[in-house]
Amino acid sequence: MSTLTLLALTGLGLGALYFLIASGLSLIFGLMDVLNFAHGAFLTAGAYAAWWADGHLPFYLAVAFGVAVGAAIAAVVETALIRGLYARPREQILVTVGLGLAIPALIQGVWGADARTVTPPKALAGTVGLLGARVPTDRFVLLAAALAVFAGLKVFLAKTRYGLVVRAGVEDRAMVTALGIDVRKAFTLVFAIGGALAGLAGALGGVYFGSVSPGQGTSLLIFAFVVVVIGGLGSTDGVALAAIAVGLIQQFTNYYAASGLGDLAVVVMLALVLLVRGNPVLDRVAASVGAAVKSSVGRAA
Amino acid sequence: MRYVRHLAPLVVFAVLLSLPYSALRIPGVFDGALNTPGSLQLLALCLLFAGLAVGYDLLFGRLGLMSFGHALYVAIGAYGAELAMKNLHLPLAEGAALAIAVGALTSLVLGTVSLKGVGRLGAVGFAMVTLAFAQAGSILVSRDPKTTGGEEGLPLSTEKVPGHLVGVVNTVNLYWLALAYLVLVCAVVWWLTASPVGRAWQAIRDNERRAEVLGLNPFRYQLGAFVLAGTLGAAGGVVHLLVTAGATPETTTSDFTLALLVMVVLGGSGTRWGPLLGGALYTLLDHRLGALATSDGVASLPAVLRVPLSQPLVLLGALFVVVVYAVPGGLVALPHRFRRLTRHRPLRSAHAVGGGDGDGDGDSTLNEREQVAAEA
Repeated sequence: MSTLTLLALTGLGLGALYFLIASGLSLIFGLMDVLNFAHGAFLTAGAYAAWWADGHLPFYLAVAFGVAVGAAIAAVVETALIRGLYARPREQILVTVGLGLAIPALIQGVWGADARTVTPPKALAGTVGLLGARVPTDRFVLLAAALAVFAGLKVFLAKTRYGLVVRAGVEDRAMVTALGIDVRKAFTLVFAIGGALAGLAGALGGVYFGSVSPGQGTSLLIFAFVVVVIGGLGSTDGVALAAIAVGLIQQFTNYYAASGLGDLAVVVMLALVLLVRGNPVLDRVAASVGAAVKSSVGRAA
Repeated sequence: MRYVRHLAPLVVFAVLLSLPYSALRIPGVFDGALNTPGSLQLLALCLLFAGLAVGYDLLFGRLGLMSFGHALYVAIGAYGAELAMKNLHLPLAEGAALAIAVGALTSLVLGTVSLKGVGRLGAVGFAMVTLAFAQAGSILVSRDPKTTGGEEGLPLSTEKVPGHLVGVVNTVNLYWLALAYLVLVCAVVWWLTASPVGRAWQAIRDNERRAEVLGLNPFRYQLGAFVLAGTLGAAGGVVHLLVTAGATPETTTSDFTLALLVMVVLGGSGTRWGPLLGGALYTLLDHRLGALATSDGVASLPAVLRVPLSQPLVLLGALFVVVVYAVPGGLVALPHRFRRLTRHRPLRSAHAVGGGDGDGDGDSTLNEREQVAAEA
C-alpha cells in the first residue's frame, strides 16, 4: 500500500509538471496555430533563473523570478520574432525551432553542460507521512501548483474579458479581428502566460528532479507534446486528464516493469490513442463512454 | 537556359569526382590539402549530410510533411547494420540490407499510424507524433547500454567490413561511398519529382483537399514518400556508420532531425539544389565553428563574445532564424531575389512569365512562394 501511494503521488507530481508545460503549449497552439518548439527553452531558462536566484533570494521569490524570466522571454520572442511572421505558420514554427536550439546552447555556454544541483528549502526537503508512505513534500507542491494553474486558467478563460477574446480567437480568429478587437495583444498575453507556466514548471521541476541541466526542457517538451496530442489541442480539461494519465502510467511502468519502459509505454499509449481516434467506430464508442463518464461524474458531484 | 538545368548536375558531379585528386589548400576551411584524409573525411560527411537533407526534403519540401522523427531511420540504419554484424555475424552487405529493410518496415508502420491517426491536428499533430516515436527510439538506445553501448555508442565491427573501407589510408573510399549515396538519393528524388508522382506530390502539398477532390489519394502518396524517405534515411545511416566508424547516439536524438530541418531550410526547401547545398554548408559550418570554439583566439575574448562563439548551436540557431526571416526561399533563392532588387520596377506580369519557365520543378513553386511573401 505504501509503495502504491508513493508511486501514485510521484506519478501525479510528474503529471502536474506535464500539465504546467502542456497547458501553455496547448493554449498557444489553440489561439495562434503556433507549435512552439521554443517552449522547452523557456522552461530551461526559467529553471536556470530560479536556480541562480535561489542563492540570493528566499525560495518562493526565486520561483517567482523563474516565472517572470519565462514570461519575459516568451513576450519578447512573440513581439520580436513571431509577430512579424503572422499568417506564415510554417515559418513561425521554424523560428521557434531555431530558438529551441540556440537558447539551451547559450545556457550551456554560460553554465556548462553538466547538471547543477538544486538544494530545496528545508520546508520542501522533507517527507510527509500519508497512508503509511513517506512522500516527498515537493510532490504536493507540484500538485498544488498545477491545481492552482488549472483553476486560474479556467477562471481566466471563462470570466475575464481577455479570456473571452482568447476563446473567441481559438474559435474563429478572423471573425474576432473583423469585430475590431486587437487580437495581437491577446497573442502576446497568451505567449507570456505560456512562458510563465513553462518557467514555473522549470523552477519546480528543478526541485522535483533535484537538478537543472541545459537539455532538461527539450526532453520534457517531448512528453508535453504527447500529452497535448492525447488530450486534444486547445482543451484545458483534456490536457489535464492526459497529463495525469501519462504521469501515472510512466511511474507505474517504470517501477513494475523495467526502468525506462515507462517512457516507451507512454509512446505506445500515444500510438493506441491515435489509432483509436482515427477509427470512426471506435471514436464514437470513446465519445459515448466519455459522455457517460461525464454525466455520472456530474451526478456524483 | 534550358541546357544549364541538364548540364549543372554533370558539372557538379565532375567537380566532386575530381576533389580527391586535388592537392588544393583552402585555408580556414580545410586544415590540410583536399586529398589528405582529414579533409576527405570532412568532405565525405558533407556529402552524406547533403544526401540525408535531400532525402528529408522529400517529406518537408516536396510534400509539406513536417516530420520531426527522421533521425529514427538514420539510427535504425546505423545501429541495425552494426548490430547485425556484431551479434548476427553477418557481413556488411547483408547487415546493411537487413537494417535498410527494418528501416523501411518501421517507416511503413509508424507512417501509417502517424498519417492515419492525426486527423484533426493535421500537420502539427504529425510533427508531434513523429517526434514522440523517434524519442522512443532514442530512449531504447540510451536505456539498453549492454546492446547499444549507451552514451558511448558502438564502434564499427571492422572485421566484418571489406578491407578497402577501413583505416585512414582508405578514407578516399569512404568519400566515394558518400558521393555514391548522394548521387543515389538525388537520382531517386529528382527523378520522382519530375515524374507524374512528383506532380501529385506538389498538388497534395499545395492543397490536400483539392487533390483529394481531383481523385488523388493523399494518404497513399504521403505514405509512399514517408517509406521512401525512411528507407533512404536508413541507407544513409549505414553510410554514417562507415564514415564515422561507429554508431553514435547523436543519430537518435531530436537534435539530429532538427539539424536536417535547418539544413533544408537554410539551403531552400522544395528545390533541387537547396537541401544539397544546405546539408553540405551546415556540416562544414558546424565543424569549423566547433574548431573555432576550442581555439585560443576565442578563449581570450570577453565573456559576451566568448560564450556564443563557444557553442556552434547558438550561432547556427541564430543564423537559422535570420534565414527564415530575411531569406524565405533559402540560399538558392538569393540570386533570384538579388536580380529582382536590382531590376528597377518589377512588373507583376513580367514576373509571372519569369515564374513559368521553371517547368514544374521547385523553381516555379519558389517563385510562387516569394510572390506570396511579397504580397503579405
